[in-house]
Amino acid sequence: MQILVNGVEQDLPAGANVLMLLKQLDIAPERIAIEINLTVIDRAAYHDRIFCEGDKVEIISFIGGGEDAN
Amino acid sequence: MPTDAPLIIGNIEFKSRLIVGTGKYASFEETKKGVEASGADCVTVAVRRVNILDPKEENLLDYLDPKIYKILPNTAGCYTADEAIRTARLARAAGISDMVKLEVIGDQRTLFPDNEALLEATRVLVKEGFIVLPYTNDDPIMARKLVDAGAAVVMPLAAPIGSGLGIRNPYNLKIIMETISVPIIVDAGVGTASDAAVAMELGVDGILMNTAIAGAKNPIQMAEAMRYGVNAGRLAYLAGRIPRKLYAQASSPIEGMIE
Repeated sequence: MQILVNGVEQDLPAGANVLMLLKQLDIAPERIAIEINLTVIDRAAYHDRIFCEGDKVEIISFIGGGEDAN
Repeated sequence: MPTDAPLIIGNIEFKSRLIVGTGKYASFEETKKGVEASGADCVTVAVRRVNILDPKEENLLDYLDPKIYKILPNTAGCYTADEAIRTARLARAAGISDMVKLEVIGDQRTLFPDNEALLEATRVLVKEGFIVLPYTNDDPIMARKLVDAGAAVVMPLAAPIGSGLGIRNPYNLKIIMETISVPIIVDAGVGTASDAAVAMELGVDGILMNTAIAGAKNPIQMAEAMRYGVNAGRLAYLAGRIPRKLYAQASSPIEGMIE
């Protein structure tokens, strides 16, 4: 199954949930947030949210920034 | 000496009246040292994609522990209300803060806010329970509208972001102070420590800055200077300055002069 994560194609086994994606990408679930198809996923739902073919996923964290963006 | 009441935003108490940005530093180590030197207990951070090709790369929050610092996510780089709302929701979902420094930029060259979109985004996010800190221009009417929409503070610019031009319109800031009841944080425009002092002497409740510190030749030294500037300005405001007079007024008594 192909999904798009931060603009990059990812191959996932059928039935994979959010926790499995994070494990595959080696990303710790703390201090990040996830959006699937423009909907923010609650941390408590990481286990139950199963991916579908073509899902568009954003995984964010915090970086240095202040008053504007360049 | 009368003690100063702490700055409170939403229900959060701040130890320092200086909030600092974390962008434009040479390294995370320098960011950490700059923040420490500034005395700030709140830092603003940007929301960006995790680098999934290198997920183990160093993270800013490894250097600025959210248990020590209040983390204020911002919506820097957002040009529409929808983008800013989306970014704020993601920021909150990271589970570190309910605050958001709400920026909706109207124009790339000036980085002035799009006030219409800012107001719209403020309304939506306040309804969702966010503590909204909107970056706005120094317009008293806009400030009032933001407060009516539920903003926890109003953050007028003193000059364009990153310009270092200082406090361009102290009179508007004064009017905003008289118009609204929530704290006023000057956000953007400060260039050096005296600018920070000038703003605080006017009676604003705090200052948020990034470029003036991170862009200085010695950012850590400037961070310390800003700490003093903010504190000096605050103290002078509380102390109450003397009125300006056209002519001299001797400070030594005439009585007892030798003849």
